[in-house]
Amino acid sequence: MSGLAILIPVALLMGLSGLAFFFWAMRNGQFEDLDGAAQRVLIDDEAQTTTAQDDDKMDENHDKV
Amino acid sequence: MNAVTPLDGAKADSADNIVSRFAVPAIRCAGCISKIENGLAGEQNILSARVNFSTKQVAVSHLPDLREDAIKHKIEQLGFDAQILADNPLAEEKGGTDKLIRALAVAGFGMMNIMLLSVSVWSGAMGTTRDLFHWISALIAIPVIGYSGRPFFSSAFMALRYGRTNMDVPITIGIILATGLSLFETMTSGAHAYFESVVMLIFFLLAGRVLDGMMRDRAREGISALLKQTAPGAMILDEDGKTRWVTSKDLRPDMRMMVAAGDNLAADGVIEKGASNFDFALMTGESEPQHKMSGDLVLAGTLNLTAPVTVRITAAGEDTSLSDIARLMDEAGQQRSFYVRVADKAARYYAPAVHSLALLAFIYWMIAGVGWHQSLLISVAVLIITCPCALGLAVPAAQVVASGALLRKGVMIKDGSALERLAEADRVLFDKTGTLTLGRPVPLNLHHLSLPQKQVALALAQASNHPVSKGIRNALLAGDITPANLDAVEEVPGEGMSASWGTARVALGKPVKVEDHLSCQLTIGDEHFAIELQDDVRPDAVSAIDQLNQLGLPGTIISGDNAASVAKISRAVGLTAQASASPQDKLHLISKLSASGHKVLMVGDGLNDGPALAAAHVSIAPGSASDVGQQAADAVFTSDSFLPVALAVQTAQRTMQIVRQNFVLAIGYNVLAVPLALTGMVTPLIAAIAMSLSSLIVVGNALRLNGAAK
Repeated sequence: MSGLAILIPVALLMGLSGLAFFFWAMRNGQFEDLDGAAQRVLIDDEAQTTTAQDDDKMDENHDKV
Repeated sequence: MNAVTPLDGAKADSADNIVSRFAVPAIRCAGCISKIENGLAGEQNILSARVNFSTKQVAVSHLPDLREDAIKHKIEQLGFDAQILADNPLAEEKGGTDKLIRALAVAGFGMMNIMLLSVSVWSGAMGTTRDLFHWISALIAIPVIGYSGRPFFSSAFMALRYGRTNMDVPITIGIILATGLSLFETMTSGAHAYFESVVMLIFFLLAGRVLDGMMRDRAREGISALLKQTAPGAMILDEDGKTRWVTSKDLRPDMRMMVAAGDNLAADGVIEKGASNFDFALMTGESEPQHKMSGDLVLAGTLNLTAPVTVRITAAGEDTSLSDIARLMDEAGQQRSFYVRVADKAARYYAPAVHSLALLAFIYWMIAGVGWHQSLLISVAVLIITCPCALGLAVPAAQVVASGALLRKGVMIKDGSALERLAEADRVLFDKTGTLTLGRPVPLNLHHLSLPQKQVALALAQASNHPVSKGIRNALLAGDITPANLDAVEEVPGEGMSASWGTARVALGKPVKVEDHLSCQLTIGDEHFAIELQDDVRPDAVSAIDQLNQLGLPGTIISGDNAASVAKISRAVGLTAQASASPQDKLHLISKLSASGHKVLMVGDGLNDGPALAAAHVSIAPGSASDVGQQAADAVFTSDSFLPVALAVQTAQRTMQIVRQNFVLAIGYNVLAVPLALTGMVTPLIAAIAMSLSSLIVVGNALRLNGAAK
């Protein structure tokens, strides 16, 4: 029985913190652009320095899509 | 990586920066994201830019003195077509889904924790442990039910207030009775508390609502990205010759606005100075530009194509002819709001049946003499076991899967009721221009040109906004042609494009109407060449109409165009047609058909179809349609091909078939479970298993629709 006094509050607290995290994520707009998150992985850190030529190549790819 | 584009510390401090949103439908890859974000971030006065890939929108945070159309221009310079998004007219219900998701999360949390405790009760916890667990369950369940149950309580309350009943009434009664009884059981150290059943019921039902809401939001966002929006404002010329920017809602009659070539008009007015071609496609769906000069009336929402003009405003804001049509549509759409959705229709019969069953069980066991406590337990078990999960979850699950499948095929369905109405349609009316046809001129004989001629034609066409130029440009770009280098390109309103190419004079003359098609002269030096253009029938129109016929929807064309051009299309697609129909005629035909018991599907695009789209039982518009058309229609298809229309009807009919199957499954499950409940053999454990099993089965059945849109 004494174990329950610890385990039940722990279970509830973990559940609550998960819920609070979910609420935070929603308010923070984490779910606004799910497809975009998948695409952004592909952007290089160096994207800022890509030359005009690279950009043109991207354009071509994107025209063919 | 993926840092939000750099926020300059000093600039970001100024709190009065503005966020403007733009629809950029051409965002298709990671390269587009970085190109737009980095491209805009480098500009002066722009604090940050963030692309939303899912909705194909860009949110730009900028200083107040930078105008929206300047940013739009910058995005266009980066190589993307952009539209300014004003306050989104379709987004008003967006917050609703967020609320439902929060309620769902809370219900999920409560369900898991209460289940944790309930499992130990079911596996034999006795005495004080069981009481303690029941008390903890109650402490979790009551706030969770209070928070997550609100959508049902408020909807049931609304229905009861107006003397009606909907699906939420039996749900609410079930929830309140079961919670009250469980609380009583807990207080009196009873053996059975139904807290987990109640919370689980709420969780499953909320899941259905969330699915429904997400489907609506997704379609609405997709459609709002297509909207072409009337101008957000205009450049006003004051008496003293100064110009200033005035937003649409502050425009007043008798102001004079300067409209540059390529700009939309923000208000109705009369041209004071200048002459230009205007594209009325937004209003009528007709692609052919009209030439207007000094003294002519021009309407809000039309596009100035060729030359700058000064317009004296005659009507602005709510008084424009655009708003008049919107009002006509509101009235036409009234009757559609009386449509009762399939789940609520079923609830009409289901709820009284379930309630009287529970009541009868209570009376029977009272007479049998088991005491009111036991009798009440049994009737609550009946209520819980018959919970309308199938109605609450099965219908939206089926519709969400179907609309997701259709979305991948380029058809956006606005909500579930649209799918239901689409499945009921038994007649179809088509508009001609822009609906059965592409609504834009497509060149027919470009392959006769030599490569240099094509390059010159492309270079000339590129510099103009005229629909004919756009048609030539799109066709040449599709053929991988690169434009020639031209000097001194200029556009003479009403005449065409001219330029010099090396030493030769080149020109693309204005289109001339030859019988049923347009012809436009390309001049290179002394050579002349006629490019023939035609507003072609959409690809697959014939087979789509054939399919619709097989699905039980015979079609008719009703067009505002003259008899000769309608006859040509009607021959091409093999349908009877009514020509020269005014918006009222279309409305009249639809009400005549509805009066004789037909459910009409209207497919149309222009502003003149707006009232008909709103009045028809269900309607579909192409993505190239006017804003008005897209807002009035229940579904929008984005491709050039006409097949999606047939596909949408076919998928809708298939969806209703699945929904009916789900009802049968749900009733079958009740036939098995209700006798158990009536005889008092249902414990909370059995109720929980039965409920989740039935929900899983109907959702599984709905998932079969995933491949339906093929």
